[in-house]
Amino acid sequence: MDKQGYDAIRKLLGESPAFVQGDVACAYGAVLAGCRYFAGYPITPATETAESMASLMPGCGGTYIQMEDEIASIAAVIGASWAGEKAMTTTSGPGFSLMQENIGYACMTETPCVIVNVQRSGPSTGQPTEPAQGDMMQARWGSHGDYELIALVPNSVQECLDLVIEAFNLSERFRVPVIVLTDGEVGHMREKTVIPEFDELKLVERETPTVPRESYVPFGGGEAAVPPMGFFGLGYRTYVTGLTHTEKGLPATSSAEEHTKLVSRLCEKIRQASESLVRIEERYLDEAEFAVVSYGITSRVALNAVRTLRRRKKKIGYLRLIGLWPFPEERLLGLSKQVKGILVPEMNLGQVYHPIREAVAGKCRVAHLPKIGGEIHTPAEIVEAVQKLMGGRRR
Amino acid sequence: MNIRFSGFGGQGIVLSGYIFGVAAVFDGKQALQTQSYGSESRGGGCRSDVIISEDEIFELAPPRLDVLVALSQAAYDAYLPALREDGTLILEDDLVDTGNGSGHRTFRIKATDIAHKKFGRKIMANMVMLGFICAIVEAVSREGLERAILDNVPKGTEEMNQQAFEEGYRIGKGEPG
Repeated sequence: MDKQGYDAIRKLLGESPAFVQGDVACAYGAVLAGCRYFAGYPITPATETAESMASLMPGCGGTYIQMEDEIASIAAVIGASWAGEKAMTTTSGPGFSLMQENIGYACMTETPCVIVNVQRSGPSTGQPTEPAQGDMMQARWGSHGDYELIALVPNSVQECLDLVIEAFNLSERFRVPVIVLTDGEVGHMREKTVIPEFDELKLVERETPTVPRESYVPFGGGEAAVPPMGFFGLGYRTYVTGLTHTEKGLPATSSAEEHTKLVSRLCEKIRQASESLVRIEERYLDEAEFAVVSYGITSRVALNAVRTLRRRKKKIGYLRLIGLWPFPEERLLGLSKQVKGILVPEMNLGQVYHPIREAVAGKCRVAHLPKIGGEIHTPAEIVEAVQKLMGGRRR
Repeated sequence: MNIRFSGFGGQGIVLSGYIFGVAAVFDGKQALQTQSYGSESRGGGCRSDVIISEDEIFELAPPRLDVLVALSQAAYDAYLPALREDGTLILEDDLVDTGNGSGHRTFRIKATDIAHKKFGRKIMANMVMLGFICAIVEAVSREGLERAILDNVPKGTEEMNQQAFEEGYRIGKGEPG
C-alpha cells in the first residue's frame, strides 16, 4: 500500500484515536492490512465486523458479499485469495463450526486467509449475546486430518486492530489460514483505539513466482518450504485441490509417500517457525513463585488480580498468551521451572489448561479455574484461587 | 469514575454509554464501555457500563458504581446494590419507584415525558437524560458530550438532539425554562 492509498483509507476510518467496538477495530485492521474482499454471514456477536466491512469495502475498491451461510463464506474467501486478494470472514461459534471443513481445505491448498471468530457461549446456539472462550481447541483441531495453523487472541480493542493486521501478515507469509479468536466481550466493548500511521504500518505480501512459466512448481520446495503462490491471473499454471497432491498440484491420492511429504511440509512450515511465532506478554515475573497464565478477556481481569496480590507482597507473576497456536510450549516449560504453580482461569470447562499441563510436564502444579455461562471471572475469584494454589500441597 | 446506564432495550442505553465514552476520549481521557443485553432487540434488560480514567484501565466490570442511571424499575432493583454508599443515583421519575428511598444522593427527571411533550418524540428521552447527567456528574466535559452527540446521531436530527440535551442540562442545573 502506498501513501496515497493509506491516506484514502484513513479518510474512510475517520479520527484517531477512535472510540470503537472490538468488532469494528477488526474491520479497521483488515482494511489497513490490505484486505479487499470480505464474505460473511451475520451472527451475534460478530455482526458489527461484517457491517463495518460492508460500509468500508466499496470505498476502497474492495468487495463485500453477504453469503447464504458460513460454508459459502469461507469458500468465497478462499476463492478470492486464489484470485490474488487478501480476504477475510468473521463469524461466531455456530458459523465457525460450519467453516471447519473449508479451513482444512485452506490448509491443504495453502491459501492465505483470515477468520475472525468472536466467540460466544455454546455448544450449539447457546447464549448468542454472551462471551465465551469455548473454541480454543476447535480453532486448532476443528478440521479433520493433520494440519497446523496460526491463532491469535486479542484482549483489547486496540489489539483487535493490531492483531488482525498481524494475522494478514502471517497468513501471507506462511500461506495458512490465521484465526483471530476474540469473544463477545472484546468484540462488543469500546475503547480508545489508535489507528497506526503510514510509517508504522508494516505489511507482508505473499511471495509470487519469478521463474519462467514452464519451470514453476506450485507446491514444491524443501521440507518446511512455503512455496511462492502463483495465484490465478498471474499466468502460471496451478491446479488447486484438497486431495493429496504432488508438487505440481496434481492428485496423488493413493501414494503414502506423496501424502507424507505434503502433509509433513504443511505442518513443518509452521512448526519450524514456532519460535518466531511466540507472542506472549509477561509482567511481574521477576522472582515470581506462582503465576497466572491467561488469554483474551480473562487476561484483563487476571492482570487486575495479579496487581492486587503484588500490592499484598505476594510473589505472583502474569503471563498472557497472545499467540495461542502454535502453542508456546518452550516458554511454558521455562515458566514451570521458575514457579511452583500456575493458575489457568478461562471461560470454558478446560481447554488451554490441557496444552499448558502438557508443556509443563509435571514440573510444577497447574490449577484450573473454569467459568462458563457468559460471565467473566472477577478479580476476587482469581485472587482466591491463587491463594488456594499457594496454600496447596504438591500431589 | 464508573457509570452504569440501565433500563430496557430500545431506551438508548447502549448509545448513552457510547456517547459518554466518546466524550471522554475527546477530553483526552481513557475510556472503556461494555454492554450487556438479551437476544431481544427491544424490551429485554439492558445495561451499559462506562469507566473513565486518566490512566490505564484495569477494571472491566466495576465492582462498585459511582453513578447509577436507572430507566426502569427492574434495572433499579437489580443494580442498586452495586452503587457505592456515597454514589449518585439518577432516575427516570415516571418509571422507577424507590419506595422509602435508598439513602443515596438522588436526582429524578421525567425524561420520557419531557421528550414527548417538548419535542414530540419519546426517543429523545436519552438526550434529555444525557444533558441532565452532564449537569450533575463531573465525568466528562459538556463540550465533549455535545460533540459526541452531534457526531453520532442520525443526520438531520442534530438540532433536535442538541435541544433535548440542553433541556436536560437546564433542568439538571435547576435553571428556569
